[in-house]
Amino acid sequence: MANQLHVEVVAVEEKVWAGEAEMLVARTTEGEIGVLPGHSPLLGLLKEPSQVRVKLAGGEQLTYDVAGGFLSIDANGVTVLAESATPATPESH
Amino acid sequence: MAGQVQALRRRIRTVKSTKKIAKAQELVATSRIAKAQERVKASRPYSEAITKVLGALASNASVDNPLLVARERVQRAGVLLITSDRGLAGAYNANAIRASEQLIAALKSEGKEVALYVVGRKGTGYYRFRNREVAASWTGFSERPSFADAKNVGDALIEAFSAGSTADGTFGPENIAGVDELHIVSTEFKSLMTQSAQAKPLAPVQVEEQAEESAGLRPAYEFEPDADELLDALLPKYLNTRIYAALLDSAASESASRRRAMKSASDNADDLLKRYTREMNSARQAAITQEISEIVGGANALAAAGSDV
Repeated sequence: MANQLHVEVVAVEEKVWAGEAEMLVARTTEGEIGVLPGHSPLLGLLKEPSQVRVKLAGGEQLTYDVAGGFLSIDANGVTVLAESATPATPESH
Repeated sequence: MAGQVQALRRRIRTVKSTKKIAKAQELVATSRIAKAQERVKASRPYSEAITKVLGALASNASVDNPLLVARERVQRAGVLLITSDRGLAGAYNANAIRASEQLIAALKSEGKEVALYVVGRKGTGYYRFRNREVAASWTGFSERPSFADAKNVGDALIEAFSAGSTADGTFGPENIAGVDELHIVSTEFKSLMTQSAQAKPLAPVQVEEQAEESAGLRPAYEFEPDADELLDALLPKYLNTRIYAALLDSAASESASRRRAMKSASDNADDLLKRYTREMNSARQAAITQEISEIVGGANALAAAGSDV
Protein backbone atom coordinates (compact mmCIF):
# COMPACT_ATOMS: atom_id res chain seq x y z
CA MET A 1 0.00 0.00 0.00
CA ALA A 2 1.29 3.33 -0.95
CA ASN A 3 1.76 5.55 2.05
CA GLN A 4 0.58 8.53 0.09
CA LEU A 5 -3.03 9.38 -0.29
CA HIS A 6 -4.26 10.42 -3.70
CA VAL A 7 -6.61 13.35 -3.22
CA GLU A 8 -8.80 15.06 -5.74
CA VAL A 9 -10.84 18.13 -4.91
CA VAL A 10 -13.36 18.55 -7.69
CA ALA A 11 -15.83 21.39 -8.03
CA VAL A 12 -18.57 21.37 -10.60
CA GLU A 13 -16.98 23.95 -12.82
CA GLU A 14 -13.41 22.75 -12.54
CA LYS A 15 -10.99 20.41 -10.87
CA VAL A 16 -9.65 22.42 -7.96
CA TRP A 17 -6.74 20.38 -6.80
CA ALA A 18 -5.30 16.93 -7.30
CA GLY A 19 -2.23 15.39 -5.86
CA GLU A 20 -0.64 13.23 -3.18
CA ALA A 21 -1.17 14.03 0.45
CA GLU A 22 -0.57 12.46 3.84
CA MET A 23 -4.00 12.97 5.26
CA LEU A 24 -7.32 14.53 4.54
CA VAL A 25 -9.64 15.90 7.20
CA ALA A 26 -13.26 16.66 6.48
CA ARG A 27 -16.48 16.98 8.39
CA THR A 28 -19.40 14.82 7.35
CA THR A 29 -22.91 15.13 8.70
CA GLU A 30 -21.95 12.49 11.27
CA GLY A 31 -18.76 14.08 12.46
CA GLU A 32 -15.19 14.86 11.65
CA ILE A 33 -13.29 12.26 9.72
CA GLY A 34 -9.61 11.94 9.06
CA VAL A 35 -8.59 9.91 6.06
CA LEU A 36 -5.22 8.21 5.92
CA PRO A 37 -3.84 6.11 3.08
CA GLY A 38 -5.58 2.75 2.85
CA HIS A 39 -8.86 3.91 4.31
CA SER A 40 -11.77 1.59 3.64
CA PRO A 41 -14.24 2.70 0.93
CA LEU A 42 -16.67 5.31 2.17
CA LEU A 43 -19.22 7.71 0.82
CA GLY A 44 -19.99 10.70 2.99
CA LEU A 45 -22.12 13.78 2.80
CA LEU A 46 -20.17 16.79 3.98
CA LYS A 47 -21.58 19.17 6.53
CA GLU A 48 -22.87 22.43 5.16
CA PRO A 49 -20.84 24.59 5.02
CA SER A 50 -17.60 22.96 5.92
CA GLN A 51 -13.90 22.94 5.36
CA VAL A 52 -11.73 20.25 3.95
CA ARG A 53 -8.11 20.16 5.03
CA VAL A 54 -5.49 18.40 3.00
CA LYS A 55 -2.23 17.74 4.80
CA LEU A 56 0.71 17.51 2.45
CA ALA A 57 3.90 15.54 2.96
CA GLY A 58 6.01 18.59 3.76
CA GLY A 59 3.79 19.58 6.66
CA GLU A 60 1.94 22.08 4.55
CA GLN A 61 -1.80 22.23 4.72
CA LEU A 62 -4.36 23.21 2.15
CA THR A 63 -7.77 24.28 3.31
CA TYR A 64 -10.85 24.58 1.16
CA ASP A 65 -14.25 26.04 1.92
CA VAL A 66 -16.67 23.55 0.49
CA ALA A 67 -20.36 23.92 -0.25
CA GLY A 68 -22.64 21.10 -1.32
CA GLY A 69 -19.89 18.59 -0.84
CA PHE A 70 -19.45 14.85 -0.94
CA LEU A 71 -16.62 12.63 0.00
CA SER A 72 -15.86 9.44 -1.83
CA ILE A 73 -13.11 7.12 -0.72
CA ASP A 74 -12.18 4.11 -2.77
CA ALA A 75 -9.08 2.08 -3.54
CA ASN A 76 -7.73 4.86 -5.75
CA GLY A 77 -7.90 7.55 -3.12
CA VAL A 78 -10.19 10.28 -1.93
CA THR A 79 -12.39 12.44 -4.07
CA VAL A 80 -14.08 15.50 -2.64
CA LEU A 81 -17.00 16.51 -4.83
CA ALA A 82 -18.37 19.95 -4.26
CA GLU A 83 -20.69 22.43 -5.86
CA SER A 84 -18.06 24.97 -5.03
CA ALA A 85 -14.67 24.69 -3.42
CA THR A 86 -12.54 27.73 -2.80
CA PRO A 87 -9.21 27.94 -1.04
CA ALA A 88 -9.76 29.29 2.42
CA THR A 89 -7.61 32.09 3.72
CA PRO A 90 -4.88 30.57 5.91
CA GLU A 91 -6.00 32.16 9.18
CA SER A 92 -9.71 31.45 8.86
CA HIS A 93 -9.75 27.96 10.39
CA MET B 1 -26.07 56.47 -65.61
CA ALA B 2 -24.91 58.43 -62.66
CA GLY B 3 -27.99 57.48 -60.62
CA GLN B 4 -27.27 53.80 -60.97
CA VAL B 5 -23.65 54.28 -59.98
CA GLN B 6 -24.79 56.16 -56.90
CA ALA B 7 -27.21 53.42 -55.91
CA LEU B 8 -24.58 50.75 -56.34
CA ARG B 9 -22.10 52.75 -54.34
CA ARG B 10 -24.59 52.95 -51.53
CA ARG B 11 -25.20 49.22 -51.61
CA ILE B 12 -21.52 48.49 -51.53
CA ARG B 13 -21.21 50.63 -48.45
CA THR B 14 -24.05 48.70 -46.78
CA VAL B 15 -22.60 45.33 -47.65
CA LYS B 16 -19.21 46.43 -46.36
CA SER B 17 -20.53 47.39 -42.97
CA THR B 18 -22.63 44.22 -42.76
CA LYS B 19 -19.52 42.26 -43.56
CA LYS B 20 -17.63 43.98 -40.78
CA ILE B 21 -20.32 42.99 -38.29
CA ALA B 22 -20.41 39.41 -39.53
CA LYS B 23 -16.64 39.16 -39.42
CA ALA B 24 -16.50 40.51 -35.87
CA GLN B 25 -19.21 38.10 -34.76
CA GLU B 26 -17.34 35.27 -36.38
CA LEU B 27 -14.15 36.11 -34.51
CA VAL B 28 -15.96 36.48 -31.22
CA ALA B 29 -17.75 33.18 -31.72
CA THR B 30 -14.47 31.47 -32.56
CA SER B 31 -12.90 32.52 -29.30
CA ARG B 32 -16.08 31.59 -27.43
CA ILE B 33 -16.03 28.07 -28.81
CA ALA B 34 -12.60 27.51 -27.40
CA LYS B 35 -13.67 28.89 -24.05
CA ALA B 36 -16.84 26.85 -23.98
CA GLN B 37 -14.93 23.70 -24.81
CA GLU B 38 -12.50 24.40 -22.01
CA ARG B 39 -15.40 24.71 -19.60
CA VAL B 40 -16.91 21.48 -20.84
CA LYS B 41 -13.58 19.84 -20.22
CA ALA B 42 -13.22 21.41 -16.79
CA SER B 43 -16.64 20.18 -15.73
CA ARG B 44 -15.93 16.62 -16.75
CA PRO B 45 -14.04 15.37 -13.67
CA TYR B 46 -16.97 16.26 -11.43
CA SER B 47 -19.61 14.68 -13.63
CA GLU B 48 -17.54 11.54 -14.01
CA ALA B 49 -16.97 11.30 -10.28
CA ILE B 50 -20.60 11.90 -9.38
CA THR B 51 -21.76 9.33 -11.92
CA LYS B 52 -19.40 6.82 -10.39
CA VAL B 53 -20.51 7.60 -6.86
CA LEU B 54 -24.14 7.41 -7.87
CA GLY B 55 -23.59 4.05 -9.49
CA ALA B 56 -21.97 2.73 -6.33
CA LEU B 57 -24.72 4.17 -4.23
CA ALA B 58 -27.62 2.93 -6.33
CA SER B 59 -26.40 -0.62 -6.09
CA ASN B 60 -26.35 -0.29 -2.30
CA ALA B 61 -29.39 1.80 -1.48
CA SER B 62 -32.98 0.79 -1.85
CA VAL B 63 -34.18 2.19 -5.13
CA ASP B 64 -37.46 3.69 -4.05
CA ASN B 65 -36.26 7.25 -4.20
CA PRO B 66 -38.90 9.28 -6.03
CA LEU B 67 -36.29 10.61 -8.41
CA LEU B 68 -35.38 7.09 -9.48
CA VAL B 69 -38.70 5.32 -9.83
CA ALA B 70 -40.70 5.57 -13.03
CA ARG B 71 -44.25 6.68 -12.27
CA GLU B 72 -47.00 4.27 -13.14
CA ARG B 73 -49.23 6.99 -14.49
CA VAL B 74 -47.57 9.78 -16.34
CA GLN B 75 -50.03 12.59 -16.72
CA ARG B 76 -47.73 15.51 -17.31
CA ALA B 77 -44.28 15.48 -18.75
CA GLY B 78 -41.86 18.35 -18.38
CA VAL B 79 -39.69 19.38 -21.29
CA LEU B 80 -36.66 21.59 -20.77
CA LEU B 81 -35.61 23.29 -23.98
CA ILE B 82 -32.25 25.00 -24.24
CA THR B 83 -31.94 27.77 -26.80
CA SER B 84 -29.75 30.82 -27.14
CA ASP B 85 -30.35 34.39 -26.05
CA ARG B 86 -29.12 35.97 -29.24
CA GLY B 87 -29.87 35.14 -32.82
CA LEU B 88 -27.45 35.15 -35.77
CA ALA B 89 -26.61 31.56 -35.00
CA GLY B 90 -27.80 29.89 -38.16
CA ALA B 91 -30.20 27.04 -37.64
CA TYR B 92 -29.17 26.50 -34.02
CA ASN B 93 -32.42 27.64 -32.42
CA ALA B 94 -34.63 26.36 -35.22
CA ASN B 95 -33.15 22.89 -34.80
CA ALA B 96 -33.49 22.89 -31.02
CA ILE B 97 -37.09 24.07 -31.24
CA ARG B 98 -37.87 21.50 -33.91
CA ALA B 99 -36.45 18.73 -31.71
CA SER B 100 -38.57 19.90 -28.80
CA GLU B 101 -41.68 20.11 -31.00
CA GLN B 102 -41.10 16.55 -32.11
CA LEU B 103 -40.70 15.42 -28.52
CA ILE B 104 -43.84 17.28 -27.48
CA ALA B 105 -45.81 15.73 -30.32
CA ALA B 106 -44.57 12.28 -29.33
CA LEU B 107 -45.48 12.86 -25.67
CA LYS B 108 -48.92 14.15 -26.60
CA SER B 109 -49.59 11.14 -28.79
CA GLU B 110 -48.93 9.04 -25.69
CA GLY B 111 -51.70 10.98 -23.97
CA LYS B 112 -49.45 13.10 -21.76
CA GLU B 113 -49.74 16.77 -21.09
CA VAL B 114 -46.63 18.78 -21.58
CA ALA B 115 -45.18 21.46 -19.35
CA LEU B 116 -42.56 23.54 -21.09
CA TYR B 117 -39.47 24.94 -19.45
CA VAL B 118 -37.36 27.14 -21.65
CA VAL B 119 -33.83 28.47 -21.33
CA GLY B 120 -32.85 31.30 -23.64
CA ARG B 121 -34.60 34.30 -25.11
CA LYS B 122 -35.09 32.77 -28.54
CA GLY B 123 -37.05 29.79 -27.32
CA THR B 124 -39.08 31.91 -24.93
CA GLY B 125 -39.91 34.29 -27.74
CA TYR B 126 -40.93 31.47 -30.03
CA TYR B 127 -43.49 30.13 -27.62
CA ARG B 128 -44.71 33.48 -26.41
CA PHE B 129 -45.32 34.58 -29.99
CA ARG B 130 -47.47 31.52 -30.51
CA ASN B 131 -49.33 32.09 -27.26
CA ARG B 132 -48.28 28.77 -25.87
CA GLU B 133 -47.90 28.38 -22.20
CA VAL B 134 -44.40 28.18 -20.78
CA ALA B 135 -44.20 26.87 -17.24
CA ALA B 136 -40.97 28.71 -16.53
CA SER B 137 -38.18 30.32 -18.45
CA TRP B 138 -34.69 31.50 -17.75
CA THR B 139 -32.69 33.90 -19.88
CA GLY B 140 -29.45 35.78 -19.91
CA PHE B 141 -26.81 33.11 -19.59
CA SER B 142 -26.97 30.99 -22.72
CA GLU B 143 -23.46 31.86 -23.82
CA ARG B 144 -21.79 31.60 -20.46
CA PRO B 145 -23.82 29.35 -18.21
CA SER B 146 -22.56 28.98 -14.66
CA PHE B 147 -23.39 26.19 -12.30
CA ALA B 148 -25.55 28.58 -10.30
CA ASP B 149 -27.72 29.03 -13.40
CA ALA B 150 -27.99 25.29 -13.86
CA LYS B 151 -28.91 24.95 -10.20
CA ASN B 152 -31.71 27.52 -10.54
CA VAL B 153 -33.16 25.60 -13.43
CA GLY B 154 -32.61 22.24 -11.80
CA ASP B 155 -34.15 23.20 -8.48
CA ALA B 156 -37.33 24.38 -10.19
CA LEU B 157 -37.54 21.20 -12.24
CA ILE B 158 -36.93 18.95 -9.27
CA GLU B 159 -39.60 20.80 -7.32
CA ALA B 160 -42.10 20.24 -10.13
CA PHE B 161 -41.08 16.63 -10.42
CA SER B 162 -41.42 16.00 -6.69
CA ALA B 163 -44.78 17.76 -6.61
CA GLY B 164 -46.06 15.45 -9.32
CA SER B 165 -45.10 12.45 -7.26
CA THR B 166 -47.05 13.37 -4.12
CA ALA B 167 -50.33 13.75 -6.01
CA ASP B 168 -50.35 10.05 -6.67
CA GLY B 169 -52.36 9.65 -9.84
CA THR B 170 -55.47 11.45 -8.64
CA PHE B 171 -54.42 15.04 -8.96
CA GLY B 172 -56.25 17.46 -11.15
CA PRO B 173 -54.15 19.08 -13.83
CA GLU B 174 -54.58 22.62 -12.47
CA ASN B 175 -54.08 21.51 -8.92
CA ILE B 176 -50.32 21.21 -8.94
CA ALA B 177 -47.98 22.21 -11.67
CA GLY B 178 -46.05 19.04 -11.08
CA VAL B 179 -44.69 16.69 -13.67
CA ASP B 180 -44.13 12.95 -13.68
CA GLU B 181 -41.19 12.82 -15.99
CA LEU B 182 -38.62 15.21 -17.30
CA HIS B 183 -36.94 15.49 -20.66
CA ILE B 184 -34.19 17.78 -21.79
CA VAL B 185 -33.69 19.08 -25.31
CA SER B 186 -30.21 20.40 -25.85
CA THR B 187 -27.73 20.71 -28.65
CA GLU B 188 -24.87 18.31 -28.54
CA PHE B 189 -21.51 19.59 -29.65
CA LYS B 190 -20.11 16.82 -31.80
CA SER B 191 -17.48 18.78 -33.64
CA LEU B 192 -16.92 22.26 -35.01
CA MET B 193 -18.96 21.33 -38.03
CA THR B 194 -21.63 19.13 -36.48
CA GLN B 195 -23.99 19.94 -33.67
CA SER B 196 -27.24 18.12 -33.27
CA ALA B 197 -30.28 18.92 -31.19
CA GLN B 198 -31.32 15.98 -29.10
CA ALA B 199 -34.01 15.06 -26.63
CA LYS B 200 -32.97 12.99 -23.65
CA PRO B 201 -34.84 11.76 -20.61
CA LEU B 202 -33.71 13.53 -17.44
CA ALA B 203 -35.91 12.12 -14.71
CA PRO B 204 -36.65 9.57 -13.44
CA VAL B 205 -32.92 9.10 -13.33
CA GLN B 206 -31.61 6.06 -15.04
CA VAL B 207 -28.60 4.91 -13.13
CA GLU B 208 -26.30 2.42 -14.61
CA GLU B 209 -25.51 0.28 -11.63
CA GLN B 210 -21.85 -0.31 -11.77
CA ALA B 211 -21.14 -3.13 -14.12
CA GLU B 212 -18.51 -5.57 -12.99
CA GLU B 213 -15.32 -3.63 -13.14
CA SER B 214 -12.12 -5.14 -14.32
CA ALA B 215 -11.16 -5.66 -10.70
CA GLY B 216 -14.24 -7.84 -10.30
CA LEU B 217 -15.48 -6.91 -6.85
CA ARG B 218 -17.31 -3.76 -6.02
CA PRO B 219 -15.81 -1.99 -3.06
CA ALA B 220 -17.95 -2.45 0.03
CA TYR B 221 -18.66 1.15 0.82
CA GLU B 222 -19.46 2.53 4.21
CA PHE B 223 -21.97 5.34 4.19
CA GLU B 224 -22.16 8.49 6.24
CA PRO B 225 -25.10 9.06 6.77
CA ASP B 226 -26.87 5.95 5.48
CA ALA B 227 -27.19 5.13 1.82
CA ASP B 228 -30.78 6.24 1.32
CA GLU B 229 -30.18 9.62 2.87
CA LEU B 230 -27.07 10.05 0.79
CA LEU B 231 -29.00 9.19 -2.33
CA ASP B 232 -31.61 11.81 -1.44
CA ALA B 233 -28.90 14.42 -1.22
CA LEU B 234 -26.97 13.25 -4.21
CA LEU B 235 -29.65 12.80 -6.85
CA PRO B 236 -30.64 16.47 -7.09
CA LYS B 237 -26.98 17.34 -7.42
CA TYR B 238 -26.64 14.76 -10.14
CA LEU B 239 -29.58 16.24 -12.04
CA ASN B 240 -28.13 19.72 -11.70
CA THR B 241 -24.87 18.42 -13.06
CA ARG B 242 -26.66 16.90 -16.03
CA ILE B 243 -28.40 20.21 -16.71
CA TYR B 244 -25.14 22.10 -16.31
CA ALA B 245 -23.44 19.77 -18.78
CA ALA B 246 -26.29 20.25 -21.24
CA LEU B 247 -26.06 24.03 -20.86
CA LEU B 248 -22.32 24.00 -21.47
CA ASP B 249 -22.63 21.72 -24.45
CA SER B 250 -25.36 23.90 -25.89
CA ALA B 251 -23.28 27.02 -25.32
CA ALA B 252 -20.43 25.48 -27.29
CA SER B 253 -22.85 24.47 -30.03
CA GLU B 254 -24.35 27.92 -30.12
CA SER B 255 -20.97 29.53 -30.67
CA ALA B 256 -20.04 26.97 -33.29
CA SER B 257 -23.32 27.55 -35.12
CA ARG B 258 -22.85 31.27 -34.94
CA ARG B 259 -19.32 31.05 -36.20
CA ARG B 260 -20.42 29.02 -39.18
CA ALA B 261 -23.37 31.27 -39.94
CA MET B 262 -21.22 34.37 -39.67
CA LYS B 263 -18.50 32.84 -41.77
CA SER B 264 -20.90 32.16 -44.62
CA ALA B 265 -22.40 35.61 -44.15
CA SER B 266 -19.04 37.31 -44.50
CA ASP B 267 -18.10 35.06 -47.42
CA ASN B 268 -21.37 35.96 -49.05
CA ALA B 269 -20.69 39.62 -48.41
CA ASP B 270 -17.37 39.21 -50.21
CA ASP B 271 -19.14 37.76 -53.23
CA LEU B 272 -21.70 40.54 -53.23
CA LEU B 273 -19.00 43.16 -52.94
CA LYS B 274 -17.20 41.73 -55.91
CA ARG B 275 -20.38 41.64 -57.98
CA TYR B 276 -21.51 45.11 -57.07
CA THR B 277 -18.08 46.56 -57.66
CA ARG B 278 -18.06 45.05 -61.15
CA GLU B 279 -21.57 46.28 -61.83
CA MET B 280 -20.66 49.70 -60.60
CA ASN B 281 -17.54 49.85 -62.73
CA SER B 282 -19.36 48.78 -65.83
CA ALA B 283 -22.18 51.23 -65.14
CA ARG B 284 -19.64 53.99 -64.72
CA GLN B 285 -17.88 52.89 -67.88
CA ALA B 286 -21.19 52.80 -69.72
CA ALA B 287 -22.04 56.27 -68.51
CA ILE B 288 -18.68 57.62 -69.67
CA THR B 289 -18.98 55.87 -73.02
CA GLN B 290 -22.44 57.27 -73.46
CA GLU B 291 -21.31 60.76 -72.61
CA ILE B 292 -18.43 60.54 -75.06
CA SER B 293 -20.65 59.25 -77.81
CA GLU B 294 -23.14 62.00 -77.05
CA ILE B 295 -20.40 64.62 -77.29
CA VAL B 296 -18.95 63.09 -80.43
CA GLY B 297 -22.42 62.75 -81.90
CA GLY B 298 -23.18 66.34 -80.96
CA ALA B 299 -19.91 67.59 -82.39
CA ASN B 300 -20.47 65.63 -85.58
CA ALA B 301 -23.97 66.99 -85.87
CA LEU B 302 -22.67 70.53 -85.35
CA ALA B 303 -19.88 69.97 -87.86
CA ALA B 304 -22.36 68.51 -90.34
CA ALA B 305 -24.73 71.43 -89.74
CA GLY B 306 -21.84 73.93 -90.13
CA SER B 307 -20.67 72.41 -93.44
CA ASP B 308 -24.18 72.42 -94.75
CA VAL B 309 -24.69 76.12 -94.20
